[in-house]
Amino acid sequence: MWIEIVLFALLVITAVTIAGLNDLFAAAMLSGIFSLLCASLFTLMDAVDVAFTEAAVGAGISTVLMLGALSLTGNRENQQPLRLGPFVVVLLTGAVLIYGTLDMPAYGDPAAPIHQHVAPEYIAGATAEFGLPNIVTVVLGSYRGFDTLGETAVIFTAGVGVMALLLGRRKRRDGDEVETSGEGHGDAKS
Amino acid sequence: MEALGVWNYWVVVLLMMIGLYTVIARDHLVKKLIGLGVFQVSVIMFYVSMGKVTGGTAPIIPDEVPAEGILYSNPLPHVLMLTAIVVGVATLAVGLALVVRIREAYGTAEEDELQRMNGAQS
Repeated sequence: MWIEIVLFALLVITAVTIAGLNDLFAAAMLSGIFSLLCASLFTLMDAVDVAFTEAAVGAGISTVLMLGALSLTGNRENQQPLRLGPFVVVLLTGAVLIYGTLDMPAYGDPAAPIHQHVAPEYIAGATAEFGLPNIVTVVLGSYRGFDTLGETAVIFTAGVGVMALLLGRRKRRDGDEVETSGEGHGDAKS
Repeated sequence: MEALGVWNYWVVVLLMMIGLYTVIARDHLVKKLIGLGVFQVSVIMFYVSMGKVTGGTAPIIPDEVPAEGILYSNPLPHVLMLTAIVVGVATLAVGLALVVRIREAYGTAEEDELQRMNGAQS
């Protein structure tokens, strides 16, 4: 209980720091730390599979992607003050959501509706029907295999999209040879 | 006292507010994507914290000891959030590729400068 509260506090501090930073390199690094803190929290919430996916994908691949993009776009952001309009919108959204949570079941309540639906069947069926120890793997691969198929389709589409965006760029650069943005602050106007 | 039982959702809402503010108020497009990541993690945290059962353990069935009567946390939110994390990194990759292209075409990745340029053009 106390570990979770401390980790949640660290998480909020990290998030606030990320939101306020102008140095994007530091923000990318902090978002890696943010993911790692989340992974620890997921472990405490018994979601070990989510935890190591978050640690590998959130803290690893995302940070690498972010740093790659920063090397191409430059890592300074203009200074900007706190904006009142968005702040009010965010506060209103938060207030409505907090009001919504008042009807939610308490944290860790075993009688919550979410535990009464299909989850007991999945837990009972994992060994009886498939004989695998990891229930999450069973649900991912068997009970909800089509979800995973759809996920693969999404990732394939994203990969095609990234390739279409970045390969066209190289072709155009070969075409008119205007600039080489080696350090990421070359003037790339075309 | 009853309301204190839902503190985990309040932290989630707080994280979501920080992420949302970063997305709508900061100008740099990479910063917006980082904010989107914070937002996304808050939603994942929401689902995973709903699946937690007090006194439960990770949903992995032990091999040797008699497996009857062990209380497991709900595995279903874990599965859904595994998918969400992986899809999230896919969207992040597409978003960053778009930012790189925008930066090459306009020479900046700050949204206010981009809007000023568009205003000057038309």
